[in-house]
Amino acid sequence: MAAVEVSGLTVRYGDLQAVREVSFTAAAGEITAVLGPNGAGKTSTIEVCEGFRRATAGTVRVLGLDPATQQRVLSKRMGVMLQEGGVYPSARVLDTVRHYCALYGKGANATELVEQVGLTARSKATWRRLSGGEKQRVSLALAMAAIPEVAFLDEPTSGVDVNGRDTIRGIVRGLADAGCAVVLATHELDEAERLADRVIIFDQGNVIADGTLAELRRGHDEIRFRSSPDLDTIALASAIGMVASRVGHDEYVIDAPPHPRLMAQLTAWLAEEGHPLTDLRAGAQRLEDVFRRLTAEKPEPGDAE
Amino acid sequence: MNRFLTQLRTELQLVSRNGEQLLLTLGIPVLLLVFFSLVDVLPTGTDDPIDFLAPGVLALAVMSTAMVSLGIGTGFERSYHVLKRLGATPLGRSRLIAAKIASVAVVEVVQFAILVPVAYALGWSPATTNWPAAVGAVLLGTMAFAGIGLTFAGRLRGEINLAALNGLYLVMLLLGGMVIPFTKLPGALRTLAHGLPSGALADVLREALGGNGAQPTTSWIVLAVWAAITPLVAAALFRWD
Repeated sequence: MAAVEVSGLTVRYGDLQAVREVSFTAAAGEITAVLGPNGAGKTSTIEVCEGFRRATAGTVRVLGLDPATQQRVLSKRMGVMLQEGGVYPSARVLDTVRHYCALYGKGANATELVEQVGLTARSKATWRRLSGGEKQRVSLALAMAAIPEVAFLDEPTSGVDVNGRDTIRGIVRGLADAGCAVVLATHELDEAERLADRVIIFDQGNVIADGTLAELRRGHDEIRFRSSPDLDTIALASAIGMVASRVGHDEYVIDAPPHPRLMAQLTAWLAEEGHPLTDLRAGAQRLEDVFRRLTAEKPEPGDAE
Repeated sequence: MNRFLTQLRTELQLVSRNGEQLLLTLGIPVLLLVFFSLVDVLPTGTDDPIDFLAPGVLALAVMSTAMVSLGIGTGFERSYHVLKRLGATPLGRSRLIAAKIASVAVVEVVQFAILVPVAYALGWSPATTNWPAAVGAVLLGTMAFAGIGLTFAGRLRGEINLAALNGLYLVMLLLGGMVIPFTKLPGALRTLAHGLPSGALADVLREALGGNGAQPTTSWIVLAVWAAITPLVAAALFRWD
């Protein structure tokens, strides 16, 4: 049984339909990234899963429980990280984590959690004195105080510096490795690419893709390279027998698998024409390109989150 | 430690660290009591102003804690998503509310433990002291003021809530018979003042602590009605996020 099962979920705010008959699952021991631009419906969906919001239609089960009617039972097994806030501004880091450990009553050690998120040196600082990244780390520690079987993390690395991101990624991966079903909402594609076992892409209230990164990229190989800004793409196309598109100032993409013969034709043509080859990447599309392709395929009028 | 006590400890810890709240709940009542009992500028109509001021300042202390401190604190907690985050823990709404009420009660006990000895030290000598009636009035007043504070906190943005509750505090302080007798107010304002929870509480406390033993029935009814209605309004209108 999946840890999170969403079936035909619809969320309306008056006339605004934020989520439209969405269905997906998230498994224990996996990191499921819910991706989408702001207003795509991902936060509304996750808030229904957390029990903060009622569904207009459809069913949601988290650990087999209905969050709308069994939130109290669910809350003992669920870790939550809000996108922002959630802590008393005058509360100190260690006191806050200790408070949450006591509320969950599952034996989590506050001092160890603070150390795990790298805030031991800031344990006496109040929330209002913390940087954005430090606040995210405290929020993550609060989610971990539940020793959760399922964790909903909203933009966990937002505003966090590079080293902090590594720390958070390590912790999130550790949660999943311990058997927790981690549902990660983010609009940062890079974050999802680095962390997620499974990706669900939301756009305008719909799920437009659901699968592993490999599944989403399958059949969409490309050759991406940088060269002179004034490359004659028509001449190149006739030389290699494939369409080459300029996607940036000096960046080009050929939508084709990186066959050795094609790569040889491309580099030979560049050499013959006297163009440099300053960067070359071949293989599966980046998640960002997958996302662009999918959202471009589904143009719909704008409902929002 | 059970979840209620855990939350209560946190609530009290936060109150004790919040300088503005301490000023409001302890500093201002003590200051008003000491200053106006030593400097006889208020038209109290009594031989010694402390006899008029002491019950009024006790009523003010209840209003400060149950309405302003609770309302402003809860309003900011709502704005900062603290209530939402706590809602995802096993604490539950009923324990959260119970902890908030208990923290108000603890602060009120501390207020009375400070204000009553200070009043006696300043020469307060009530002719009668009906403490059971006073405690009953404080309980009703706490319910009424907490209902008002939570109604504001549950609907308004943090900063607007802060301004609104401070404004209401000032109005109720001036019209509530706490430091200025009802008899000194113009006719229409006097009628209004008697209908306010602050006026009713001050009136009842003044009769219970120093009056002639008579029960101000109208003020009891006014206080009871406010105590019954405002928590219901707060419960109906309160938004957790």
